[in-house]
Amino acid sequence: MDSAFVIEKFILVAVIFGISLVIAMYSTYAERKVAAYLQDRLGPDRAGPFGILQPLADGVKMFMKEEIIPASSNRWLFIVGPGLALLCACIGTAVIPWGSPMEIGGKIVPLQVADINVGVLYIFGVVSLGVYGVMIGGWASNNKYSLLSAIRAASQNISYEIAMGLSVIALLLMTNTLSLKEIVDQQHGLNWNVWYQPLGFLIFMVCSFAETNRAPFDLPECETELIGGYHTEYSSMKLGFYLFAEYINMFVSSAVMAALYWGGYNYPGMDYVAAHLGPTWAPLIGTAVFFGKIVMFIFFFMWVRWTIPRFRYDQLMNLGWKGLIPLAIANIIITGIVIAIIEKF
Amino acid sequence: MSTQVFYFVATLSIIFSLLVIFAKNPIHSVLYLILTFFTFTVHYVLLNAQFLAVVNFIVYMGAIMVLFLFVLMLLNLNKDTEPSKSPLIKIVGVIAGGCLVVTLIGSLKSASISSPLILKNPGLGLVENLGKELFGPFLLPFELSSLLLLAAMVGAVLLSKRDEVEA
Repeated sequence: MDSAFVIEKFILVAVIFGISLVIAMYSTYAERKVAAYLQDRLGPDRAGPFGILQPLADGVKMFMKEEIIPASSNRWLFIVGPGLALLCACIGTAVIPWGSPMEIGGKIVPLQVADINVGVLYIFGVVSLGVYGVMIGGWASNNKYSLLSAIRAASQNISYEIAMGLSVIALLLMTNTLSLKEIVDQQHGLNWNVWYQPLGFLIFMVCSFAETNRAPFDLPECETELIGGYHTEYSSMKLGFYLFAEYINMFVSSAVMAALYWGGYNYPGMDYVAAHLGPTWAPLIGTAVFFGKIVMFIFFFMWVRWTIPRFRYDQLMNLGWKGLIPLAIANIIITGIVIAIIEKF
Repeated sequence: MSTQVFYFVATLSIIFSLLVIFAKNPIHSVLYLILTFFTFTVHYVLLNAQFLAVVNFIVYMGAIMVLFLFVLMLLNLNKDTEPSKSPLIKIVGVIAGGCLVVTLIGSLKSASISSPLILKNPGLGLVENLGKELFGPFLLPFELSSLLLLAAMVGAVLLSKRDEVEA
């Protein structure tokens, strides 16, 4: 392990971390603007041109607010909860391939922090860990609404993880690898997995809405029943951490969806671009395309939020266990049969 | 370097396992158990068993411990609800613990440092090799154990169904 390698990875991690935070920050702005557009309002427009400085103002507000730790709460776990939520949201970015290897000054630099050969499983591990932040925070608040919300979050995440895992198995049958880098490289040009696995993608997407606690599955923070949900007792930047974690989760799951099903940094005509721009600039265009896809997905998350009303709890469980899981299993069987037939002839 | 990491993580494993037992609050016990499992995951990575590491991470840390935490949060256990133990149970506990200590001392006395096992194939823990082993020579036991799990699942569903009819 030479120092150049460490420095290279350190810079990459810092850049990805910075980009994640900036995207999460501007997701809050985008969400309000999209909501305003869909509801025929103006949205934030006071701070800076078009209200572009609004996230900064919100950030300053979050930091300056008084911090309250309830006397009857479990002090340490109350602090650990939001920290864990943000940590789990951020570490998911480690295995996502952001672009094809790039040449900088005669040196090939991979635009991925860690190309581990169990990348897809790592993502699942991080997703399943994410619920601890909500559970610990909700329990430590010592508030029955927070506790109910924490329990809802846990059962929702466990239920939808199963369907999510099953939908990915059908994809893995086709790709024969668990490395995200190889999965993306197989989708060269317009050979994207979504054309072969439309049902699998649909199930995966519905499950990622549930895993990120986004509407229409935002039952853990259902205001009409649970006040604020698991973050009822939180104030100041700890609340900010929870909200931030939700937006980073949204960013990471958009990136995972784009990488697994929508070709990642591949786009039609990429060979032509690579031949003309050379190995330094062409990967950057691929990365830009990848981010374009991610932004589309983030917009889709917001669009759905203001289109579909929140599910009832029993509807959520019915959809997960009786709708998505059987569909995902059927998808695996169909994929398996088709692959067997293709290999036979 | 790998050896130093091992000793560091092993120490952490032991400390967290002890904290699981000594924590007064059952929720804290579960959280320490999660940390213990995390150190096990690191051990698997050090042994180059990546698949086992990530499965341990997903199944034990991500699924089973969430269920433990789930149930404990609903039970709301604390010092007041803990049943007081009778003197008889305490005496039995002391005798059982003493027997365990005697056994441990006996086994430690005859223990010697074994020579490290060297795998013929160091990449055995990688997904591809593990899958070929499981679906090749070990296909029958693998399928049988999955059948056992299926039977347990059907049984659990059946038990919960029967309760619903009676209520």
